[in-house]
Amino acid sequence: MGSVVVRDYIIPANDFTIAGEASSNVRKILSQLGVAPDIVKRTSIAMYEAEINAVIHGNGGQAHVEIDENKIVITISDQGPGIEDLELAMQEGYSTAPDSIREMGFGAGMGLSNMKKNSDILDIKTAVNEGTTVLITVFFK
Amino acid sequence: MEQYYFHSVTLDKSKCKGCTNCIKHCPTEAIRVRNGKAVIIKERCIDCGVCIRICPYHAKKAVTDPLDTVNNYRYKVALPAPTLYGQFGPGFSRERIVLALKQYGFDYVFEVARAAEIVTNATKCYMSDKNIKKPVISSACPAVVRFIQIRFPNLIDNILRIESPMEVAAALSRQEVNEKYGIPLNEIGVFFISPCAAKVTSVKAPYENRKSNVDGVLSIKDIFIPLLNIMKKQDKITSEPFSLSSAIGVSWAMTGGESLAVKEGRRIAVHGIHNVNDILEEAVKGNLDSIDFIEALACPEGCLGGPLVVENPFIAKVNLNNEIEKIKMNQAHSVPQRHKDMKELEWKSTVEYRPIMKLDDDMMKALEKMNMIDNITESFPGLDCGACGAPSCRALAEDIVRGNAKETDCIFKLREKVNSIAYQLHQIDSTGSMDDDDQ
Repeated sequence: MGSVVVRDYIIPANDFTIAGEASSNVRKILSQLGVAPDIVKRTSIAMYEAEINAVIHGNGGQAHVEIDENKIVITISDQGPGIEDLELAMQEGYSTAPDSIREMGFGAGMGLSNMKKNSDILDIKTAVNEGTTVLITVFFK
Repeated sequence: MEQYYFHSVTLDKSKCKGCTNCIKHCPTEAIRVRNGKAVIIKERCIDCGVCIRICPYHAKKAVTDPLDTVNNYRYKVALPAPTLYGQFGPGFSRERIVLALKQYGFDYVFEVARAAEIVTNATKCYMSDKNIKKPVISSACPAVVRFIQIRFPNLIDNILRIESPMEVAAALSRQEVNEKYGIPLNEIGVFFISPCAAKVTSVKAPYENRKSNVDGVLSIKDIFIPLLNIMKKQDKITSEPFSLSSAIGVSWAMTGGESLAVKEGRRIAVHGIHNVNDILEEAVKGNLDSIDFIEALACPEGCLGGPLVVENPFIAKVNLNNEIEKIKMNQAHSVPQRHKDMKELEWKSTVEYRPIMKLDDDMMKALEKMNMIDNITESFPGLDCGACGAPSCRALAEDIVRGNAKETDCIFKLREKVNSIAYQLHQIDSTGSMDDDDQ
């Protein structure tokens, strides 16, 4: 039974200036654990996208991270509006972000596809008005 | 992993009071106070010079070559950084400064600003290649390159792989002197006149697989007074026709100069190592993909704010801008375009990731250590007071797990322990009991 490092983060609603702190923190932890830089990069991109989605669409949420010797598992959940059409949302370029968000440079519609590209396993549970939970797994080898 | 480390940034122990200023400001948490004196962790130091600037007792210094090192060479070449032109004030023009260098004893002066223009041209070529990783990060500031090696290995591929103006100037001047005057290459001493500690390190301990073209680095602080005295005795400039660099090269000394010179694309200029840290964090997240070029300088106001300068950087900026205005007015003599082969200016190899933050090579042990660090950190008061000699409670916990410190370095923990011992002694005294279970 090996050791597991666990972290829990609160993702604030609508505060862009500190959005991304959780994934930054995880990036530092992975570097200290000696994970290869390219895997650290993939993990932080996938996690960052999920974090930003929770901020923009989900009205804030929580992140739970578990790291063991083989992998990192990130669970980001929110109690927001949920995703109506998941297949559509996964398409590159499709975005439901309001104009105010797009003006800040977000909402390009690449979030979910970036997440998928950069994770080894991506599992999304969502229902309208019931919130969204995203489970990202990245293996270290 | 045996590695030879040279650092220009060093401590004068006799002046160090063991306060918390430098440990708190170091961007890589490379300093600790042990036994009442600051100690620099060699693997982490990037020679950015923040500690030099912040030390209230002037205990931190940058080691440079003493002025008389130039006498080791028969033929002496000076490479003045454009920062030098801002140090003296109105009335002390670039021409006078360059002449003063010759009067000081240098046989040849090659302005680093000229080399900066060559690097700018090479940069424009490099940027026009569609396949490069954006944003491109300038490699002119050695402290920033080291910082990226340690903290941002994913940005190593973004670094502009072109030699710095100092190295280009050294290579070109040596070649010119050898070709024009027939001096043998090994009798030529090439000296950079520097505002910067990190440049000293990049000459004495260059990046992987490289050898510097520079023979020695003299600090602006050391040469300032000799040059000033010479200039005071100068008569009117005898119009010696030497071609000087244009405004573009000279403005590299200020933040924004390098990126302005690139002319095309979205460029940002960032100065101050903590600001550079923030920008690089954004780059790593992928938020800067619309940016083409990042000029990143460790010192406030760029090289004008280096640890080896004499003049206040804001005043130096005004001086430098005066010179730039004069150059623009007299733009009659423009620098001839050197048809240099750009390939020669490119780095032959890349810089390597330095995973000095790694807790252990074995992932299992690293995880265990991380949990230990978490637990120890939680037992600390979380004040980041620095009294233990580490920059934060978490840093002390890490030091403990790495075997470099002990829990009672924390004075709060020590106080707890002392109180507990005092209580037990009191118990023995009042009840006559030797029991420990009286709590």
